[in-house]
Amino acid sequence: MARTVAAFKVDHFQFLGPDGNLLDSQHVPSLARDFERLRELYKLMVLTRTFDKKAVALQRTGKLGTYASCLGHEAAHVSIGAAMQDEDCFAPMYREYGAQFYRGVKMSEVLLYWGGDERGNNFSGPRHDFAWCVPIATQCLHAAGAAMAYKLRKEPRVAVSVVGDGGSSKGDFLEAINAASAWKLPLVLVVVNNQWAISVPRSKQNTAATLAQKGIGGGLPSIQVDGNDLIACLWAMDKAVKAARQGKGAFVIEMLTYRLSDHTTADDARRYRPKEEVEEAWDKEPLARLRKYLTNQGAWDDAQEEELSNECVEFVQHAADEYLNMVENDPQPVTAMFDYMYAELPHDLTEQRDHAEQYPEDGGHH
Amino acid sequence: MAQITLIEGITLAMARAMEEDDRVVILGEDVGVNGGVFRATAGLQERFGDERVIDTPLAEVMIAGMSVGMSSQGVKPVAEAQFCGFTMPMIDHLMCHAGRMRNRTRGRLSCPMVLRFPSGGGIHAPEHHSESPEALFAHMPGIRVVIPSSPSRAYGLLLAAIRDPDPVIFMEPKRIYRWQREEVIDDGEELPLDVCYTLRDGNDLTLVTWGAMIKETMQAADELEKQGVSVEVIDVATISPLDMDTILESVGRTGRCVIIQEAPRNCGVASEIAAGLADAGIWNLHAPVKRVCGYDTVMPLYRNELKYMPSVRRIVDAAQQVLEVS
Repeated sequence: MARTVAAFKVDHFQFLGPDGNLLDSQHVPSLARDFERLRELYKLMVLTRTFDKKAVALQRTGKLGTYASCLGHEAAHVSIGAAMQDEDCFAPMYREYGAQFYRGVKMSEVLLYWGGDERGNNFSGPRHDFAWCVPIATQCLHAAGAAMAYKLRKEPRVAVSVVGDGGSSKGDFLEAINAASAWKLPLVLVVVNNQWAISVPRSKQNTAATLAQKGIGGGLPSIQVDGNDLIACLWAMDKAVKAARQGKGAFVIEMLTYRLSDHTTADDARRYRPKEEVEEAWDKEPLARLRKYLTNQGAWDDAQEEELSNECVEFVQHAADEYLNMVENDPQPVTAMFDYMYAELPHDLTEQRDHAEQYPEDGGHH
Repeated sequence: MAQITLIEGITLAMARAMEEDDRVVILGEDVGVNGGVFRATAGLQERFGDERVIDTPLAEVMIAGMSVGMSSQGVKPVAEAQFCGFTMPMIDHLMCHAGRMRNRTRGRLSCPMVLRFPSGGGIHAPEHHSESPEALFAHMPGIRVVIPSSPSRAYGLLLAAIRDPDPVIFMEPKRIYRWQREEVIDDGEELPLDVCYTLRDGNDLTLVTWGAMIKETMQAADELEKQGVSVEVIDVATISPLDMDTILESVGRTGRCVIIQEAPRNCGVASEIAAGLADAGIWNLHAPVKRVCGYDTVMPLYRNELKYMPSVRRIVDAAQQVLEVS
């Protein structure tokens, strides 16, 4: 005979519908009434989207290398940054600009990185945050290690990492869940599920009903939220970060959203993704619904929108100019590839550095 | 003064490092209560507590990835992989992160971590317990690779590795963990991470090796001495970055060189040393440089493992071939 020894459920949270109305105005978190905070975050979402558009344009005109767009992820990403304190540690994958802008990473730094210059990873924002992480899901374990460091030193700091739906298939993600569970680490793992791992849709990645339940499998409380609903994302992040800071352990949040862009500028999603699906996803995108909500609540209007729009374009153009000026007029010398290999350059590398210095112009331009 | 073994030198160095710097933390599988499967961490959890000597779940990628994370945030992890064969899944975090963190952030973050593990064959171990993967790690930019071959070098090099501001792979020749005893003074003196050690001075031939092959190489040197050959023996010890200067200086005097490594020959550290001699020492050579290595095969199961590893006879034969060239 069998008896049930474990059972689980995954709750899905959404407060704001695509039409900008609250699904149930009686049951909403108090932050839904904090219009000042929501307005600030809405502005950052618009700024992030404006930046994204500019970055893609720079790539298309040959002024930037391959770039990973964040189009459609703005609510998810901005909520992550907004829930964290400066002393917390963010371990991103490679498109969480909204979170990073909130934390103080400069736009010109994002552009420098994708523009092929290591100085982009030398954030002026939180100096302890991890750099962009291309090897999928490895950042989850770096965040777990950071969380371990804070726990050992009894510092009230939280590590937050983001992984995609694709990355949730990797062992690193699962091992981070396991570590967080074993040591009750102050860690928040966010699965930004945008439905596509380049060309592989969520339905082909596995048959689990949610990705959040992978956290439950490792013993962590885990929920799913509408990743296009800033209120739901921020409510969940606030809750998880607070619990982690209080020593209550780690949390997994799956944010359901949609990658409205190609995977990167080197990808063409039309090869594998029906147009209708993308059009449908645009109806649910995060900016329009928050703008409608704020407008309906009398917290936003068209004049403010126009002013914001102009400000964002100007701000982003300034960042692009800063980036272009830096790569054009202050490029890294050939020796820059050696100078940070070790705290002190070993003898054999010193020889190679001297050799490279004799060929400063070799290799020409792309 | 206590006469101690190589593995006791390792334990002593870790205890010393933990005593002098409370950022140093040990983590790995069975390193705590059990003291490690070879007892390298014996007694350390009792002494420093379970927050500084941490038993981990059985997950090598996690140990490597968390060590990257911890080291970048001010903790100094000394991680143990239980055996060399189980370091393969850790390579992602070493190659893609530990070795490049300082470089890719322009010095903003770095990974002062040590990954130590028993390496090499010859102890009748099961499959995947006997490989010598130092060349894989030496090929990684930004990472140091160290292999001690005596109790005092184990102590001094591990102390230096733990104090070093960059990631260090510390490979322990487990076949000689308890081979020799030596007086080691626990004075906190570290050894440099970028020099070779000349174990015996000679004029006719230079034998270059590291790790457990020191044993066969010294025996081969004894045999050659009996035949009237004056042999110089160099223990490379710091595999990467490689101290070619010491080797070039020695071979510059002897004009003859045999390099002995337990690992497979193809693209190994011996080949790198031979290339270094070809590049900067060829005019001093009186004979071709020979490599005596493990074969380019899978490390056999233990009934054949000693036939795989360079024997004293294979080393002496290679030396005689080199000496015959006039």
